[in-house]
Amino acid sequence: MKVHEYQAKALFAQHQIPIPRGQVANSPEEARLIATDLGFPVAIKAQVLVGGRGKAGGIQIASGPEEAFQAAERILSMRIKGLPVEKVLVEEALPISTEFYLGLIVDRSLERTVLMASALGGVDIEEVALTQPDAIAKVPVDPFLGLCDFQIRACARKIRISPDLLTPFVAIARNLYALFAKADATLAEINPLVLTKDGRLIAADAKLLLDDSALYRQKAIAQWREEVEEDPLEREAHQKGLAYVRLQGEVGIIGNGAGLTMTTLDAVQRAGAQPANFLDIGGGARADVVREGLTLILKDPQVKGIFINIFGGITRCDEVAKGILQALEGVDLAVPCVVRLTGTREEEGRRLLEGTPLIWAPTMEDGAQKIAELVKK
Amino acid sequence: MAILVNKETRVLVQGITGREGAFHSRLMVEYGTKIVAGVTPGRGGQSVDGIPVFDSVEEAIAAVGPVDVSVLFVPAPFAADAILEALDAGIKGMVIITEGIPVQDMLKVTRAFEVAGPDHWFIGPNCPGIITPGQCKIGIMPAQVFLPGPIGVISRSGTLTYEVVAQLTRAGLGQSTCVGIGGDPIVGLDFVEVLRLFHQDPETEAVVLIGEIGGTDEEEAADYIRREMKKPVVAFVAGKTAPEGKRMGHAGAIIMGRMGTAQSKIDAFTAAGVPVAEMPDQIPHLVQKALRQ
Repeated sequence: MKVHEYQAKALFAQHQIPIPRGQVANSPEEARLIATDLGFPVAIKAQVLVGGRGKAGGIQIASGPEEAFQAAERILSMRIKGLPVEKVLVEEALPISTEFYLGLIVDRSLERTVLMASALGGVDIEEVALTQPDAIAKVPVDPFLGLCDFQIRACARKIRISPDLLTPFVAIARNLYALFAKADATLAEINPLVLTKDGRLIAADAKLLLDDSALYRQKAIAQWREEVEEDPLEREAHQKGLAYVRLQGEVGIIGNGAGLTMTTLDAVQRAGAQPANFLDIGGGARADVVREGLTLILKDPQVKGIFINIFGGITRCDEVAKGILQALEGVDLAVPCVVRLTGTREEEGRRLLEGTPLIWAPTMEDGAQKIAELVKK
Repeated sequence: MAILVNKETRVLVQGITGREGAFHSRLMVEYGTKIVAGVTPGRGGQSVDGIPVFDSVEEAIAAVGPVDVSVLFVPAPFAADAILEALDAGIKGMVIITEGIPVQDMLKVTRAFEVAGPDHWFIGPNCPGIITPGQCKIGIMPAQVFLPGPIGVISRSGTLTYEVVAQLTRAGLGQSTCVGIGGDPIVGLDFVEVLRLFHQDPETEAVVLIGEIGGTDEEEAADYIRREMKKPVVAFVAGKTAPEGKRMGHAGAIIMGRMGTAQSKIDAFTAAGVPVAEMPDQIPHLVQKALRQ
């Protein structure tokens, strides 16, 4: 789960990580009042749950009340990568001397949380990791011991933090890890961590990703959850708890299990058509889930055909076939639908689908061929 | 003979009284798996299909004797605690079926296994389990698709593994052991560790590796195969049509920026001399070809 910069900064403040003075505004008028209160210049920053807002013009500096009003007005009317900007963060503009990068991420191959620090702050850290890996200091964290001060000092030395900044730097990194662990984060980034001209270290930006699997024990933060998908079908799928991703093609796809469903998409593309979506109904094949999935896919105007690919496994094929037929009751199936079902009692399953509009396919590859030909007609 | 589990393996089921736990325990016993006990806190003294249930792992071992592997059907919020309980009681192998365990819990579990030493291992979470066909099934996979034989199978997926194994079986290519390592970002045994076990197993002649988008586990496997693996490996990678930044069903199946694409994994295998099937139905043929060479 993503959270907004202003929300992440509120958590930073609770954990004694210095942030710029500032406040959230919902309207240009509010932005003007906050800015006047803060004193000029101020930074006005779009609060939107996608990256790249700087490049899109979502961060502007204002040096007077009228400028602040106008900047907020412009930003609040923007859509960034399809998402409307509903709030802006109005902050004191910091007098920057140097910019650092400080972050914590879960490293999948090390199977540890890793502290990363770099003197090249304010730029895309993934780019730095690719082009100048030596410019990033990294240290893995033992989950039982936590991040130790000596590890932070080692990072600080490597990126040549001046000795007089060591104490605040160590405190910020230590507090960031405390927040990371407490909030079940998978990423916490301060980019840039600004050294101001008067010698203070301040988190000018804040990025926090939280583990979806841990939201059950992060109730306060989970309340911030908001729908980030602009696509109405993806929104609906998420509300229904379906693992659905919308794509650009014409073949609607339902599969059971993530790997098999991804492979079904690949098979359709290989057969010369394009998948309209990914929809994984989980390891089993429950009739109510198939039904919800079908209903959703049929709402996509681009869909010219459907391919249902189920590996029966422990669930018997005749049960799955009955489920699909039940799912189709009351659904207006205006497009061809190929079904591939395999597992125990496959023959009984096939017989149940005889005399229905559904087209039987013996294998995934054959099913993909059939649906690709049907959507081209 | 095979890897990690065989007909002698003594198995404990944690979370045995839940719907899934009870259902799959019955199927495992039917397959011939030696299930010696179950554990559900608060349910000690009950039994599931004649399997005695205990309140704790410690009590179970005290009553039934040593346990080699514990399989977990414990709900996600309680899973890490159950894993650490089994580790503390001296169990060396674990198969974690549960989906949705918080990442930070798994970081602790991983570290606890490191500290416990190299003879301790776990598979999963969010996995179908492990099966040595004809001997021992620990997990939720459909038994009928498997056949004893010389092919090792490793996969991050569930149903896709059954699909591939069914095709191998139809082609007469039986399996030594099939390991579903799980679809989460943090898992126990990874491709490289399982490849190493297959490499050392005299009964495994070739390995089928089923990968998917996300992470760099496949790239690391390709590197290991190039450097050390003497037995033939055939690979498949799911998710060539997956877009960037979207989770494709599995928590770990996500392309981040340029990281974790199917093409990067396919390129790594190809560079390591590993044949990559375009579709699962080509796998049996590629395995037969590799075995002939």
